[in-house]
Order: sequence, then structure tokens, then C-alpha cells
Amino acid sequence: MKKAFVTLGFALGLPAILVVLWWIATTVSPSFFVPTPGELIVTFVETWFGPRLWVDILPSIARFGIGVVIAIVAGILLGMLVGLNRDLRAFTEPVFEFFRALPPPVLIPVLLLLFGPTDWMKVFIIVLAAIWPVLLNTIEGVRAADPVQTETSRSYGISGLNRVRYQVLPSAAPQILAGVRQSLPIGLILMVISEMFSSSSGLGFSIIQFQRRFAIPEMWSGILVLGLIGFAVAAVFRYVERRILRWYHGLKELENAA
Amino acid sequence: MLHDTPVPIDTVSHGRTLPAEETLLSVRNLKKVYSTDGGDIEAVRDLTFDLGKNELTCLVGPSGSGKTTLLKCIAGLLAPTSGEVVLDGKVVTAPPKKMAVVFQEYGRSLFPWLRVADNVELPLKNAGVPKARRTELVEEALANVGLDHVPRSYPWQLSGGMQQRVAIARAIAYQPEVLLMDEPFAAVDAQTRADLEDLVRKVRKTLGLSVLFVTHDIDESVYLGERVIMLSSSPTVVQEDLVVDLPEERDQLETRSMPRFTELRHHVYEQIQLAKRGFRPDVAATK
Repeated sequence: MKKAFVTLGFALGLPAILVVLWWIATTVSPSFFVPTPGELIVTFVETWFGPRLWVDILPSIARFGIGVVIAIVAGILLGMLVGLNRDLRAFTEPVFEFFRALPPPVLIPVLLLLFGPTDWMKVFIIVLAAIWPVLLNTIEGVRAADPVQTETSRSYGISGLNRVRYQVLPSAAPQILAGVRQSLPIGLILMVISEMFSSSSGLGFSIIQFQRRFAIPEMWSGILVLGLIGFAVAAVFRYVERRILRWYHGLKELENAA
Repeated sequence: MLHDTPVPIDTVSHGRTLPAEETLLSVRNLKKVYSTDGGDIEAVRDLTFDLGKNELTCLVGPSGSGKTTLLKCIAGLLAPTSGEVVLDGKVVTAPPKKMAVVFQEYGRSLFPWLRVADNVELPLKNAGVPKARRTELVEEALANVGLDHVPRSYPWQLSGGMQQRVAIARAIAYQPEVLLMDEPFAAVDAQTRADLEDLVRKVRKTLGLSVLFVTHDIDESVYLGERVIMLSSSPTVVQEDLVVDLPEERDQLETRSMPRFTELRHHVYEQIQLAKRGFRPDVAATK
């Protein structure tokens, strides 16, 4: 019980200190551009717990969710295909390197012309940006399959799709999930940027709107919403990853202890 | 040395072949050449021998004598350059259903994301064995290797010796006719090794399997085997094929202190030393 309190104290200590500092700073020298913590909380609740929840927050989350899920699934499937085929790897590698090096936001103007300011354009840009870490990590993870494991599969007649399912995919899972971890914040960033560029709803759109109307506390509260979403996404990912890779973390702990 | 022994050692300087009805596995004129950028490497030159039904045969040879290459060719994991491997009358071109391999690197051969019982079950699941039968086979196999108390553990939570037991359980649950073992105990400590040797003999007796056991350990080959095939140095041919005429019941203390054990061990040791110095029966025969 005492231990739990200590852990909680450590986790909440720094946030508490920062909030107090912010409160002192904004009370001592008030600024039009920075609200006090109290103001922000009030504005946050007023702004977002109403119609905006349905009009702005949920559509944003939906775009992000759909985009990231497509990116993950497509990245894993394509990565398996390329990773298991040496010729395909040699064929695609330079192209992948090029696209990965391209900063994804520069594609927004192009896609805007091609698809117009639609939801699918935003989903598409999220996919286009978030797929790379998953794809490249999957290729690497598949390629690095242990030769002894592969021979074991072969000697027991485990081949084709069964080998992918029983050996290749699980053995590449740690690396694939490392790719997913990177792709989530990228997806979130592209969600906001694409909405800032062209939209009539969504978080990115709202934050820009508030800024243009000098609704400063509202603008800040939008940033808070984004921060909370990012935090929640990371927490969900950590939970899922812990579950899928229980064996991997156990193995690593043992190796580190030895 | 040899002429001093009262009972002559039953050995021939080529691989033994058996009548068809006693043969389970035949290796005929097997040759394996690896093509590399630096030129061809002849790992195995010409190997011919038979493995009888319900026989435990050990293959010994100096290090680098192509033991693993030979085993992989027999297992259908590597295609021979020429010659053939025949199991039960069928030429081996891919890993056959009636064969299971136990690798030396148990830590890498077992899948770390699967629990012990799931590792043992996987080949059966892949082969489409019904669930009820699978559970039965897995329980039996784990009991046979003395691991029925840890089905829910992950392999990496177990000691090296126990992990190799899991690999053996996986192999026997697959119900093979031939068990191929590639230096399976090279990476475990001496006491565990003795236990595992006895386990192999016990399992083979209980299940009536044929075992081909590759090792570089001379003591182990004589203690375990009913026959010891000695390989020459690379490019490999059979140096000698020796019958181990020790009693069927082997015991780590009793058997190893028998005069006959010492004689056989001595003989195998001499042959391996000869092989290491480059003596080749194929060359000696043509002289």
C-alpha cells in the first residue's frame, strides 16, 4: 500500500510542480496569451464536453484510428511479402528508402489537389506517413528470422502460410511492434497537420480557428486535448504490447539478469 | 593393440549395408559439394551405410568432418550433390513425415513465444492432428522425458538440460520412425548429459525408434550406440563401422567401467586420431 503511494507520488510529482509553477507565473504576471490553470480547466470542460466532442474530437480520432490501422495492417502484410522474398527486397528497397526520406507533410498539397479536402485524403496521408516504420521494421524482423528456427519449421513440415503464422510473424513481433510504436505519433502529427491545412472539422482545424479568433484559452485547451489523446494512445499501445510480447520481455529480463 | 584383445572387435572399414527387410534408412553414395564464391568445397565425398530398424547408431568424426552436413542431407534439409537417402523405400527430397530432428542449439530450436506444451504440440497442430489426440500425445511425450510438471512454463525459464528434453519431447510426440540428433548434448553440463544419454536410451526402448546420433564425443558414442560409424576427416567417407557388443542395459557406472567399454573406446579413439592425422580408408585401399 505504501509502495503504491510512493509510485503514484513519483508519477504525479513533476506534473504537479509544473502546474504550480505555471499557476504562479500566470498569477504574478498575467498574459493575454497564456491562461491560468483554472481558466484552462473551465474552458476545457466548456469547449470540449458538448457538441464539439462529436463534431471535432471523434472525427479526428476516427481519421487517426482508421489511418493508423490501415498503415499497420498494410505495413505488416507488405513487409512480410518483401521480407520473405530476396528479389522483391532488392527491387523495392531503393524506392522505400526514397519515400521514407520524404517528409510526409509535403504530400498534403499534392493529395489535396488529387483528392480534394475529404476525409479519405486525410486518412490516406496518415497511412502514407505512418506505414514506413511498420513496413521497414517488418521487413527487417522477417529477414532476421533465426536460421535454426527456420530449419526446425522445415524439418517438421511447417511451411507456407503456416510457417508465417507459427514462426515468422511471432518471431518478428518485437520488431514489428517497435515499428508500430514509432508510427503512432507520426499518425497523430499527420492527423493534426492535415486538418490544419484543409478541413471544416477536427482538432487541428479547431485549434487554428481559435487562434485566428484570438480565443486563446480555447486554443490552449485544444492542445490539451491532443496531449491527452497522445497519452491515451501510448497507454493503450503499452498495454497491448505487454500482452503480445510477454514472452519477449520475460526472456530479456532473464538475459539481463544473467 | 587389436590382436591382444581376446574378443575381436567387429568392425569393417566401410559403411555396413543391410538386407532390405531389416533396413529403415539407406544412405547411398552421398556426396555434398558447397559452391561458394571462393570455389567449391567438398564437405562429404562418398558415404554409404544403412540404418536398421530399431537401431541406435552413433556417428562420430573429428570436428569439421561434415557430420552436420550429412545429417541435414539425411533430414531432407539439404539436397545432396549426388547420391541419395532412402527412408522406408522412398527417396528423401524434403523433410519426411517419419523423421524428427533434435538440434544442438535447443535455445534457438524451441520457439520462445510458445509455452512448453505448445512447443511440443505445434508440429502436430500443423499436421492437422485432432485436438484431443494432440493433447494426449503431448502429455505422453512430456511424461516420457520427465517434464510433465512444467507444461505451462516457457522454455527459456528452464535449464539447458530441460530445454533439450522439451526438444526431445517435441520430436517423439511427432511419432517419427527415425530420430536424428545433431550433437544434442554438446552444450549441457556433464551430469545433465549423463541423464540425457540415459533418457535417449530409455525413450528409444519404450517407443521402438531408430536413432541416428551425431556426436564428437567418443565415450558418448560407445556408451549410447549399438553401432558406431566413424567418419574420416573432410571430404568425408566412412572410416569404420563398428558394432558395440556391450549388454543392452547400459548404466553410467557399470557400463563405463567394463573392460569391453574401455577396449571399444580405445579403438574408436585410435581411429578418430588416425582420421585427424588425415588417414583415409579410400586412399589406403587404392595403395
